[in-house]
Amino acid sequence: MVFDIPTKFAGIELNNPIIVASGILGLSQSIFKRLEKIGVGAIVSKSISIKPRDGYRNPTIVALGNNNWLNAVGLANPGAEAFAKEIANNSVPLFVSLVGSNVSEYIQIVEKIKNHNILGFELNLSCPHVEKMGMEIGDDPKLVSDIIRSIKTKTSKPLFVKVGIGKTDVIHIAKTAENSGADGVTAINTIRAMKIDITNRCPILENKIGGLSGIALKSIGVRCVYELYKSIKIPIIGCGGIQNYEDVIEYVMAGATAVQVGSMIGTYGINSIQRLAKDLKVYLEAKKYDSLRELIGVAHR
Amino acid sequence: MHIDKNILRIVRIKKTREETPSVKTLIFDDYLSHNAKPGQFLMVWIPQKEEIPLSVMISNSQGEAAITIRKKGLASTSLFNLVEGETIGIRGPYGNSFSTDPGFKHRLLIGGGTGLVPLVRLLNHTKNSDIFSTIIVGARSKSELFFIDLISHIMQDRQFELLIATDDGSIGFKGYPTELLDNIVEKDPKIDMVYTCGPELMMKGVYEIISKKTIQLEASVERYMKCGIGICSSCSINDKLVCVDGTVFNKGQISKLSEFGRFYRNKSGILDSY
Ligand SMILES: Cc1cc2nc3c(=O)[nH]c(=O)nc-3n(C[C@H](O)[C@H](O)[C@H](O)COP(=O)(O)O)c2cc1C
Repeated sequence: MVFDIPTKFAGIELNNPIIVASGILGLSQSIFKRLEKIGVGAIVSKSISIKPRDGYRNPTIVALGNNNWLNAVGLANPGAEAFAKEIANNSVPLFVSLVGSNVSEYIQIVEKIKNHNILGFELNLSCPHVEKMGMEIGDDPKLVSDIIRSIKTKTSKPLFVKVGIGKTDVIHIAKTAENSGADGVTAINTIRAMKIDITNRCPILENKIGGLSGIALKSIGVRCVYELYKSIKIPIIGCGGIQNYEDVIEYVMAGATAVQVGSMIGTYGINSIQRLAKDLKVYLEAKKYDSLRELIGVAHR
Repeated sequence: MHIDKNILRIVRIKKTREETPSVKTLIFDDYLSHNAKPGQFLMVWIPQKEEIPLSVMISNSQGEAAITIRKKGLASTSLFNLVEGETIGIRGPYGNSFSTDPGFKHRLLIGGGTGLVPLVRLLNHTKNSDIFSTIIVGARSKSELFFIDLISHIMQDRQFELLIATDDGSIGFKGYPTELLDNIVEKDPKIDMVYTCGPELMMKGVYEIISKKTIQLEASVERYMKCGIGICSSCSINDKLVCVDGTVFNKGQISKLSEFGRFYRNKSGILDSY
């Protein structure tokens, strides 16, 4: 089913602005096709590293209640080689998320995938629970700049940079990304958090610390998008805590061109994305907006 | 009060029952699990060890539930070694369930090992129905056979036959349970429904036998899982997620799952062959 809310940014055209966030149903081409049929605008793959990673031992996901989740999957992924094979005949609107610890790793992954039929790449600079990957890269503006510049010499495909709440200010990193040639910014990733079982007196996650996602993240995400909109010119994809079309509108009014959803699918199931796209379409029609574009950043007056 | 089944519930082991030297049933109080449907599973956390999916086993008393494990890896061995009074965390029950349509005349249940758990739950769930039941239980040998008395007890006032297949022939038929199944469906035209749970390769065998017949089939699939809530893709078979679309798939669905009994996703997500 297609819910037509044409969305254009960074030279990309999507049927609608609802994108499945990285780490959510991001491994299997058959499931990508199912998501496309359901009516998603695009899908971001699981973050792919150069070598396969088993990730952490279970429990890797903990429910916190009220549609909030904690996860430390540990960037489990099939690695660039196997994933390139998985998407060899890709036909869905797909971004490939990249994760690594140095420039050379990123380049090697991009080389394996750049000629595939994909929309572009998303650089995961913000995974909060794996050492020497993700956030630790994202906290280093010089490294961020080097990685983006080197990837841009290898591919002309759009490159998005996913930022989060780390030690270095999110605006500083986003600006660095823009100045280094990134085509857009995704904000935000999960935030470091923890859950302790008081009966057994221990953290529940095997990795002890994980990333918080879901409703609790939304107001922080909206704030980040709002601040980023004032500081950068490249498009922003809003992410964090989206549960319904009102949340999408809120992100758009803060400055987002499109949005990503993750935890909502865990709470309400795969078909909830269809409901989200449909509700958004109905809202825009009822309010007689010609396109979502009219609402981007309107909260800035 | 609404209970969010996703939130971990810490439960205390009330009783343990040794089924064989390597298989144990752990009994605990939990209302949600007590009311689980046959085929549904729990994510079971052993503190500071691991979390694994396990089918919900029946228990006698109101509000009680159980799990049955064979000691193998870290999680199952840790569970096996738990004693009364220790605690585990559970979330769920998750997944769909076997259909309990009373329209069938003669059903056949075939399972092996801990795959018998959802089948036992199904038998217990449909106690009042007058369907004739043929039950095939597979095991490596006599010493690894369990639930036989339990099944006989559940079925005591009903029409049923219980057949055993062991790899070494130490009791019952010598050979795979699927060989028994093949013989039976060839001879008995009344069987109209088959339920199965056990190793995926065995279930694949069951599917191949049944696919040529007009008999219906439901299989409860056991796969490695991380999230249990339909977001990680670890348990995917083609475009289906065992944790939320399953665990039970019917014949029509299985016929479209080319990966069933052939490929699974390993911990990193690579498609590996069995
Ligand atoms: C189980 C799980 C796995 C995730 N894996 C990744 C990942 O590999 N790469 C990444 O950039 N973000 C990952 N994320 C973060 C999400 O993409 C998203 O930024 C975050 O969950 C916030 O959105 P939400 O509140 O809609 O879930 C993951 C989130 C979850 C819940």
